[in-house]
Amino acid sequence: MIIKNYLWNVFKKTSLNRNFELSVFEYVKQKKINLPTYLSAGQETISASISEICKQKKIKPLIFGQHRCHSIYLSFGGHLDRLILELLGSKYGCTYGMGGSASIHCKEINMFGHDGHMGTQVPIGTGACFQSKKPTVVFMGDASAEEDYVLGALGWASTKKLPILFIVEDNNLSILTEKKIRRNWNMHEVARSFKMKGFNISDDPEEIFKYKKFFFKEPMLLNINTNRLFWHSGAGIDSDKIFDRYKILMKKVGKKSILYDKKINQSMNKKWKKISEQL
Amino acid sequence: MEKDLRTTIKEIIRGHLKKKIGKVFGQCLTAVGWVGGTLPELYEKDGMVEVSMADVADGGFVVGAALMKSKPIYVIRYQGFNWYNCPMIVNYACKSKEIWKTPCPIFVRGIAMEGGIGPVAGSSHHSLYYRMPGIKIVSPMTPKEYKSIYNSFLKDDSVYYVSEHRGSYPNKNELPNILINKPDLVIFAISITRFEASKAFEILKKQKIRISLINLLWIKPLKISNGIIKNLKSSKFGGLVLDDDYVDGISKSIANDLNLKSNKMVYTLGLKNKTAGTGKNLDNLPPNSKEIVRFVKKIIKDK
Ligand SMILES: Cc1ncc(C[n+]2csc(CCOP(=O)(O)OP(=O)(O)O)c2C)c(N)n1
Ligand SMILES: [Mg+2]
Repeated sequence: MIIKNYLWNVFKKTSLNRNFELSVFEYVKQKKINLPTYLSAGQETISASISEICKQKKIKPLIFGQHRCHSIYLSFGGHLDRLILELLGSKYGCTYGMGGSASIHCKEINMFGHDGHMGTQVPIGTGACFQSKKPTVVFMGDASAEEDYVLGALGWASTKKLPILFIVEDNNLSILTEKKIRRNWNMHEVARSFKMKGFNISDDPEEIFKYKKFFFKEPMLLNINTNRLFWHSGAGIDSDKIFDRYKILMKKVGKKSILYDKKINQSMNKKWKKISEQL
Repeated sequence: MEKDLRTTIKEIIRGHLKKKIGKVFGQCLTAVGWVGGTLPELYEKDGMVEVSMADVADGGFVVGAALMKSKPIYVIRYQGFNWYNCPMIVNYACKSKEIWKTPCPIFVRGIAMEGGIGPVAGSSHHSLYYRMPGIKIVSPMTPKEYKSIYNSFLKDDSVYYVSEHRGSYPNKNELPNILINKPDLVIFAISITRFEASKAFEILKKQKIRISLINLLWIKPLKISNGIIKNLKSSKFGGLVLDDDYVDGISKSIANDLNLKSNKMVYTLGLKNKTAGTGKNLDNLPPNSKEIVRFVKKIIKDK
């Protein structure tokens, strides 16, 4: 029962994230959004699962993301309208029009904006966790994970035994450069060598669920393998053969997922239309 | 008995920790010397935090602490380490209030010294911070100045770069500005150069060269009174900015500001444009009184 509820809730969040990203895709394509935009389509189950586990644990963590952060914001309960406004460049956006797609900030959900230097959220999130001792989730990409200061921060978080969860959204890509060209080592093993729990898993919500018992008890790193459906930045597709977790999740959840997805899709389109016409 | 600057800083830090205003972060704080005797002998349980040797990440930890509604102090034992310590302070903390309406106040204690210690450990490097909006840069050299800066930080939610110099730690005296009516030249001195500037003032006075001597405590925002600008305007030969950093940075910028405000030529004298070696005669030291006197006389002669 617990897992069934969990799956359904993760699916709902993922569906919201996906339909949001599909709308952004269209708006970028039509040049109605004119700022650098980083779509998380394909990777949405990660933040959906993590946020759902936090919710089950009744924990409202500090959240530190990086540029690809729409799904993080939405999954943890950020206000949809305010993200739309942000992407449309409005000062009423969640980041006052200052952040755009890449630096989303939201006091209500404890999400701290990103400065644009990939990986800085890792030491900064570690420092915030050290100071406050509050449960903290830090998201990074597989490329950011390579930043020297990220490795330094992992070491210190482990030394200080912080209630922190490092999530590597490993889409295998740094823009278009594959991991195998960049390094011959793995993040979960790096974490382990820093004496922290480290696991290499898929973005299947059920697999992520298995690690919830370790959340915030001690530092942990989950390297979660996933797939980016669209371009690094902007609206474009390199291949239609990329594995899509959302489709699998829909199958798992069953028929009602199709209806739900349709409903969200329609209301999402309406919302975008309404807000953009009002501006 | 009057307290010296060293003791003043130490007491401020003790109070900061005791009142739990924020933690004190830094490398090797609790080891020998307690950073020139400017730290009380306290440990992590008291809020004195030994950060790791990952210098760039360390700066990030302090930024994260500041985001949590605390006011951390970050001790940078040699200002040159800022090349690695400052990136997240400059790029995140300084911008946080403007972009995310989230203040990120940090009191950065950048400490300078020099003399046979090479290009990283030697001299002040405050120009590294200068260009970023959101930073306040100060260089207190006296007990009263330091207290005023700390109090201002407590009332403020900005990032402060406090450019200290070990040479000033034994100092007990305040250094008032000296304003001479219609001077030949006005000297604006920063950090440790203030002590040599006052020696130069005496030497020049004996030679009947009339100098106004201004102490630059507030570097960014630059705080200079209208009276001082008037004095500069009334000078015969303009002004001279002295610094313990390379002149391609703060001193040339200030000189330009003063120049625009006064319509007078303002010169700069700081580190030479070369890398310091550790050997004798290979060093790159801030201008001493003799060099200042020579430079002033050259300006006057050239005019
Ligand atoms: C310090 C720094 N270096 C380089 C870049 C340029 N850059 C922006 S995104 C990116 C790749 C990020 O890849 P990853 O962290 O895996 O995240 P993903 O885009 O795959 O989600 C790079 C190299 C940057 N933003 N910051
Ligand atoms: Mg990647």
